[in-house]
Amino acid sequence: MQIYLPIADMPVNIFLVLGMGLAVGYISGMFGIGGGFLMTPLLIFIGVSPAVAVASVASHIAASSFSGAINYWNRRALDLALALMLLSAGIIGTATGVWLFTTLRALDQLDLMIGLSYVTLLTIVGGLMIYESVRAVVRARHGLPATIRRPGSHTWLHGLPFKLRFKRSKIYVSAIPVWAIGFIIGFVGAIMGIGGGFLLVPMLIYFLRVPTATVIGTSMVLTLITMASATVMHAATNHLVDAVLALILMVGGVVGAQFGARTGQKMRGERLRLLLGLLVFAVGLRFAYALVVQPDDLYSIRHLGGD
Amino acid sequence: MRRIALTLVIVMLACGAKPAAAERLVVSLSNHRVAITSSFVGEDLVLFGTIEPDAGKTALRSAYDLVVTVTGPRQTLRTRRKQRVLGIWVNVDSREFVRVPSYLAILSNRPVAQITQQDTLRRLQIGLDNFLLPQRIGPDLADTVRDDPFRLAFVRLEIQQALYSEIGSAVTFLTPTVFRTAIPLPADVPTGNYTIDVKLFADGVMVARTNSALEVTKAGFEQYVADAARDHGLLYGLATMLMALLTGWIASVVFKRD
Repeated sequence: MQIYLPIADMPVNIFLVLGMGLAVGYISGMFGIGGGFLMTPLLIFIGVSPAVAVASVASHIAASSFSGAINYWNRRALDLALALMLLSAGIIGTATGVWLFTTLRALDQLDLMIGLSYVTLLTIVGGLMIYESVRAVVRARHGLPATIRRPGSHTWLHGLPFKLRFKRSKIYVSAIPVWAIGFIIGFVGAIMGIGGGFLLVPMLIYFLRVPTATVIGTSMVLTLITMASATVMHAATNHLVDAVLALILMVGGVVGAQFGARTGQKMRGERLRLLLGLLVFAVGLRFAYALVVQPDDLYSIRHLGGD
Repeated sequence: MRRIALTLVIVMLACGAKPAAAERLVVSLSNHRVAITSSFVGEDLVLFGTIEPDAGKTALRSAYDLVVTVTGPRQTLRTRRKQRVLGIWVNVDSREFVRVPSYLAILSNRPVAQITQQDTLRRLQIGLDNFLLPQRIGPDLADTVRDDPFRLAFVRLEIQQALYSEIGSAVTFLTPTVFRTAIPLPADVPTGNYTIDVKLFADGVMVARTNSALEVTKAGFEQYVADAARDHGLLYGLATMLMALLTGWIASVVFKRD
């Protein structure tokens, strides 16, 4: 059944988009991430313009992370103080990202920027995750205990000033790395149309030593707020959010996420991280391939405005 | 208004310049207003017409040729060319096509090159090769040579998207004086006002010309959403955000396990 998207200005098959929402939702529920890094490329692949895809996926991620955050809130497994601290910088990051998005679009370099960000970010993060989880899997094979560094161990990050205490997460860290992480996540989210969960969770664990109990819930709150504000900002500045597309995606997404979460809970942690790492890395390689291989058509058209 | 007046003047001049003209064109469109609703997947509009002798003039000729040019609302577009820079493909060069039709269909009963001479085609802008597609070149606007690579790429991409077309067999003569043609509007047809220009040729000379128009608009819900997104961006964004929160909340209630 075809439905016409009012902002993307094209008809799509409603079941195809719903199926995409379900599939990405399943993966996102399984790994506790938003899944934007999969959804945005999929939408571009079916013909939605990159700009509309990035802007519309933001609201889809807001929906799935809200439903996740409610679950974590009920289980008291999120650190609201830490989330709000990350957020104060995240909003600035998002605003900077939306501004850069608008500027690059005017310069005809938006597609390149989106492509390059995906390649860099996904291959690096994916590679690190594979490396880390393979080591954990190997250690488990040999019967060794997983050597996750003690939460008490200090890095140079802990020597920075403006220290704050986050009770729920039981950490005492400088505000500077917290703000830096928040800014990066907000910025990257607005540019790439991703919630940044797959990026935020490792950063919180490795840099701030946030315990695994609160990390996913906290990440979801942050994702929720940055993506909700990215939706509003994209709608107000670029007029590119397709509400019809977003609604179909979110309905599929929240349903898929519920089933994904059940599968995820049955799997071992390091296996799950390895799978996610491989997935992230594969998407990164796909983008690298598109940038390096000669395109079928060297020419493309962009609309600059009507009469 | 001024453009219509200008077109009328041109039409009158064109007709007036040919005292031999003894024909009149009467055309009718199946639908003057195409509404894009949520189930729109494209549409073929049917244009019917007859060739009538002017009162008291000579009898009709035996063979006619007909060219229908459908022009969509004007748009400015940029055609970009990728080139390999440091191993990756980057948009390096671009040309701006200023106020060119967002939709252009040239429908005729046989290929336009067979209907009349090249200079006539050029003067009347018949065919994709002869239609004026002005590019911004420095401070000036001008159409380039026909084999300009950007112009070729632009026309090729528009044809691929089914927005530009030149069909040399689209007009059918049902009788020697009654004709019909189908105007193919693709699913992503641009909204706005379209002009339909019908030209009648006999022995390579234009003998009559008439105009019609059609409008493509978003209707109902589609229009409501598109208008809201354009005119009330902030409110629209807030509403979309609330919709997302509501969807997320409903899911967490429906799928509550413990």
